[in-house]
Amino acid sequence: MEREEIIEAIVEHRPGVLFRVSNLIRRRNFNIETITVGRVNHETARMTMTIKGEREIIDQVINQLSKLMEVIKVRKLNQKNTVKRELALIKVKVNDNLSRSDIIHCIDVFRGQVVDVSSKSLIAEITGTPDKINAFIQLLSSYGIKEVARTGITAMERDRKLGGS
Amino acid sequence: MEKVQRTWRRIVKLFEVNSIVEELTGAEALVKALIRERVEVIFGIPGGATIPIYDYLYDVDEIRHILVRHEQCAAHMADGYARASGKTGVCMATSGPGATNLVTGIATAYMDSTPIVAITGQVPTSMIGKDAFQETDIIGITASITKHNIQPVKPEEVPLAVRKAFYIASTSRPGPVLIDMPKDVQIKKGKISFEGEIRLHSLCSNPKVDEKKVESISRILLNAETPFILAGGGVIKANASRELMKISEFLRAPVATTFMGKGGFPENHELSLGPIGMHGTYAANRLIREADVLLAVGVRFSDRTTGETESFSSNLEIIHVDIDRAEINKNVRADHSLLTDVKTGLDMLYRKLRGIGSQKNRKKWVKRVSEMKENSERIQAPPIGKINPPRLLKLLRKLLPEKAIVTTEVGQNQAWAALYFKVYHPRTFITSGGLGTMGFGFPAALGAKVAKPNEPVVDIAGDGSFLMTCQELATSVREEIPVVVVIFNNRVLGMVAQWQRLFYGRRYSQVNLGETPDFVKLAKAFGAEGIRVETYEDFKEAVKEGLRNNVTTVLDVIISPEENVFPMVPPGKSLDDMITGG
Ligand SMILES: Cc1ncc(C[n+]2csc(CCOP(=O)(O)OP(=O)(O)O)c2C)c(N)n1
Repeated sequence: MEREEIIEAIVEHRPGVLFRVSNLIRRRNFNIETITVGRVNHETARMTMTIKGEREIIDQVINQLSKLMEVIKVRKLNQKNTVKRELALIKVKVNDNLSRSDIIHCIDVFRGQVVDVSSKSLIAEITGTPDKINAFIQLLSSYGIKEVARTGITAMERDRKLGGS
Repeated sequence: MEKVQRTWRRIVKLFEVNSIVEELTGAEALVKALIRERVEVIFGIPGGATIPIYDYLYDVDEIRHILVRHEQCAAHMADGYARASGKTGVCMATSGPGATNLVTGIATAYMDSTPIVAITGQVPTSMIGKDAFQETDIIGITASITKHNIQPVKPEEVPLAVRKAFYIASTSRPGPVLIDMPKDVQIKKGKISFEGEIRLHSLCSNPKVDEKKVESISRILLNAETPFILAGGGVIKANASRELMKISEFLRAPVATTFMGKGGFPENHELSLGPIGMHGTYAANRLIREADVLLAVGVRFSDRTTGETESFSSNLEIIHVDIDRAEINKNVRADHSLLTDVKTGLDMLYRKLRGIGSQKNRKKWVKRVSEMKENSERIQAPPIGKINPPRLLKLLRKLLPEKAIVTTEVGQNQAWAALYFKVYHPRTFITSGGLGTMGFGFPAALGAKVAKPNEPVVDIAGDGSFLMTCQELATSVREEIPVVVVIFNNRVLGMVAQWQRLFYGRRYSQVNLGETPDFVKLAKAFGAEGIRVETYEDFKEAVKEGLRNNVTTVLDVIISPEENVFPMVPPGKSLDDMITGG
């Protein structure tokens, strides 16, 4: 059964590491949907990938990645217990003052922020799950979207709740 | 839900403790580090970007440098040296074209998991990225055909890079590692120390084996009616032939090998079936269909071995023993697996099998095995030419000592050699199994001869393949590395012609090579020996002469262009669809 899984890799923070990871993914013909990278400390960085595939494929991705010398740790996240977030910047057309206030209202409802305003457009910033961002973009599309920049998913597993099982 | 998680950590000691800190150039540090790795020989060609290294090598006695005539062959020689000896082979090339010429050789070693370290020169760090003269991104180019590659950016990093390269190349599943040395790093001086340690993630030389799994797998093997063993290159790499033999004999299980595994089990043993797969023996390809449990050791289930995978694994309970986690369930789904060095895994299994003891009676199975082996001998394609390769190879076997090393090129010659030349010892059959590189056999033979100067080395070649790397005759003569080359000269790209004959209605598109060159004259032009062979009697005499000669001897063996290699499983088909030609 094909599923979308989130894979987290802790890698050495060095030039060329992103190349090695993406090169391996391309070479093995894996189907990665998103990939994000960020530094954790001066030695390590964290990569979060979403990938679609059967269980065997997901295991292959993990096993192949784990063979790269620069990969310190790689695992599949337990989705039920994972916080997923994405950030998007969206530039929306503004035709008049009325539509501007409409748009700002939408942004408020989604708990987004207006980060830039010009006479013809504004930039909204929103974070949330990919579904939420999709819905937000859908909603704004009726005003006319000029540009979208999405970061791709980053994720983190929750620890066990206090007293929980 | 099972969570897959890996946290492997290895701390590797970097050379000795209390080493003095010396003021050295990067080039000196490199060569000194190679000496510390006990490198005996480097195959290479110098160039602008490696002159500082060569300048230092000029005064070094510990390392023999063999000047080759094409860098591809430097890599193949390092590969042949490694396969014959079990040590890590070393090759060296300059930046740009020197480095790119290595690529085929590195890819060949990668596919067949041979430990080699390739050293390339690079333009100075300040020029990298500027498309400088003879700059090429060899790190990028080789990223997917090496286990790892490293570019030190200051002389102080060189000893570490070398230690890491050798450790990674030879540990766990072996493979090629490349060190790219920018020219300024070679020239600059630094305070060099050979002391310290490195942390390596992702490399587990021997993962812990789960005892419970060993027990349950043992029980499955003991209860099998018709157990079957498939042995791959991992058996040879792990020096596990003896362990394999013990298990096979204990279970009375026949052993088939992949091309890479050939030699891992003596082919004169009653339980040996020879190679399996596209060019496997009749007995191996048929008997696997009668097996109930498959013990696959040190294999990666390549498509040339399994044929179409669905039918390969149907009705077969598969146990997979391998050191590389990524091979488990990659091509064929294993019902059970042991993640371990093959030697350890087989040893643990054997002890457990003996410990439990009682097992199914396999008299009938053993009888069936010998019956099928007899059939195998009988079912043979009728010979076409005056002299034909299967018989020549059987003759060759008789003429060579047991431990003689045979290498092959690629094409019909390779398949014939795998099928009809019996191998009795590990590391005595060397072939490009994974990449199928024409031109591999001759330089690999030279590398093997350097590793084993006292064993005769024979390259079984096709005329097409030999022409791809025959310039190394010059190397062989000048460096005094005598081998015997047996060219099955059919004046065609035989294997392609065979496919065209069988599957493309005899439309022989671009396979005719014509009558040139005269291989006897070609050999002589290089100062080697050449002998034309047209009868079995000629062949016998020529091989004997070749073994006596202290210069490389090329046997130009004239065979028919119409000859086919059988048995053969058509590409993409199931092993059941084997064509025997008989
Ligand atoms: C470098 C390379 N180029 C092309 C091929 C494709 N190929 C496979 S077998 C073969 C023919 C080999 O001819 P020859 O060496 O004469 O051997 P024969 O099959 O006649 O024994 C070719 C062209 C290859 N394997 N390697």
